[in-house]
Amino acid sequence: MSEIKAEGLRHVYSVGTPFEKVAIDNINVLIPHGQLVGIIGHTGSGKSTFIQHLNGLLKPTAGKVCCDGQDINASKQITHDVRFKVGLVFQYPEYQLFEETVYKDIAFGPKNMKLSEGEIDQHVREAARFVGVDEELFERSPLELSGGQKRRIAIAGVIAMRPGVLILDEPTAGLDPEGCAQILQNICDYRRETGSTVILVSHSMDDVARIADRLIVFSGGGIFMDGTPQEVFSRPDELTDIGLSVPEPTAIAMALHRRGVELGSAVYTTEQLVSAVKALGKGASGC
Amino acid sequence: MLKDVTLGQYFPGNTVVHRLDPRTKIILVIVYIVALFNAYNWYSYALVAAVTLGCIAASRIKPKTIMKGLKPLIIVIVLTALLNLFYTTGTPIVPGWIITWEGLKKAVLLVARIIMLIAGTFLLTYTTSPIALTDGLEILLNPLKKIKVPVHEMSMALRFIPTLTEETDKIMSAQKARGADFETGSLLQRARALLPILVPLFVSSFRRADELAVAMESRCYHGGEGRTRMKTLKYANRDLWALLLGAAFLAGVIALKKFGL
Repeated sequence: MSEIKAEGLRHVYSVGTPFEKVAIDNINVLIPHGQLVGIIGHTGSGKSTFIQHLNGLLKPTAGKVCCDGQDINASKQITHDVRFKVGLVFQYPEYQLFEETVYKDIAFGPKNMKLSEGEIDQHVREAARFVGVDEELFERSPLELSGGQKRRIAIAGVIAMRPGVLILDEPTAGLDPEGCAQILQNICDYRRETGSTVILVSHSMDDVARIADRLIVFSGGGIFMDGTPQEVFSRPDELTDIGLSVPEPTAIAMALHRRGVELGSAVYTTEQLVSAVKALGKGASGC
Repeated sequence: MLKDVTLGQYFPGNTVVHRLDPRTKIILVIVYIVALFNAYNWYSYALVAAVTLGCIAASRIKPKTIMKGLKPLIIVIVLTALLNLFYTTGTPIVPGWIITWEGLKKAVLLVARIIMLIAGTFLLTYTTSPIALTDGLEILLNPLKKIKVPVHEMSMALRFIPTLTEETDKIMSAQKARGADFETGSLLQRARALLPILVPLFVSSFRRADELAVAMESRCYHGGEGRTRMKTLKYANRDLWALLLGAAFLAGVIALKKFGL
């Protein structure tokens, strides 16, 4: 079980200098075990600052973060331990690879957990399987692989700690469509098989719309919307007002709406769009 | 974390100190350091301290900010004070004590010298943007080009310090997220713990340098020879006044030393 709760979270960068900046303010959110949460928001909306609080990398200026009811900043030991419970994959994680071999790099996290050799081996193989990294690559240098492979190995490095909560910051940034789809599939598989909570930060509305149970929209350092994709995308105008895009199918539905064609409630996946248009066709033929 | 290190940080402002030409400021800092090392008694120290405080006041930089910059050097300062306090021979303050009047004086003056040295140089980086600073430095070092010192390239390298700091910060966070521990353990363990930061940092520095070289070449860069600037530095009247005051200040300190006041 891994439940995350943030209460009155506030973070100010560079306190006491002319560069002082409130990054997030008054964030209250409860993420129950097993949920797949999508976090969306503009650059500078505070979403990256927020996720770095969840594993104690940043300390809140005010408020607190609890993991399973335990304040994660209560002591140094707890903060250290929470890193293994809440796995954070940074943006462009391939730049953190450093070991001589792929195997050793994935094993870095489990090693820091002070596991036995056997357990480490088990964790590494399992993580590699989740992200679709072939065991043949284990003895290669991570630096000589392709960008997509590097990204997967870096994600495996975090998954290998078997975190109850997996947070990924823009895991698909800069990948080709096929690579994106694969990574998202890996994340869905991981969540299905382990029942972990997954928090996915993304610019791509289409990605999060397809796989998330819940969306949290950040704007100007606060939570702007919080609900199911259905609820969030039923208010597309507000999303475009704060400078966010909407998924392609929603954009089409909005365009139709402007031309007087109503597709009913929120449409945010291709399947929903197709069935809504089909239903429309049936209704129209009756006239 | 690393971003909190104030060394080399710029605080924008619009005071006389901010507006001075970076070349003037660099020269004045050198003059200041020479003066500081020529000061050796209470009077000359008082003069240097007055000038330091005057400059800080004119720059409107909060004294607290300057103090924050001193923090990383606190150990050096304390050690200097203690060593001088205990290892100077002379008349004891209380008969039989190891602490002497001479030691006390030396300790106080040396600590004052270190603090003023740091405060003075910090004032330069606090009030000058990194770009102005490197431009000024490049022009001042221009004569060295004659003896094949890569002055232009050196100033270009300075530009990367903030970028690399940011990069280090990012990599550190990423490794900490995987449970890396940089704070505990023996010296050897802590040195080993740096490996996961240094390797990615080197890799990304080379990649960045490569990308930058390509980007510059594709914009027809061919070295610093004959290159003009969008913003050329110009001396104003205030620079002349500042330099004159600086010269007067140095002369004053040297005079105090000469006449043994």
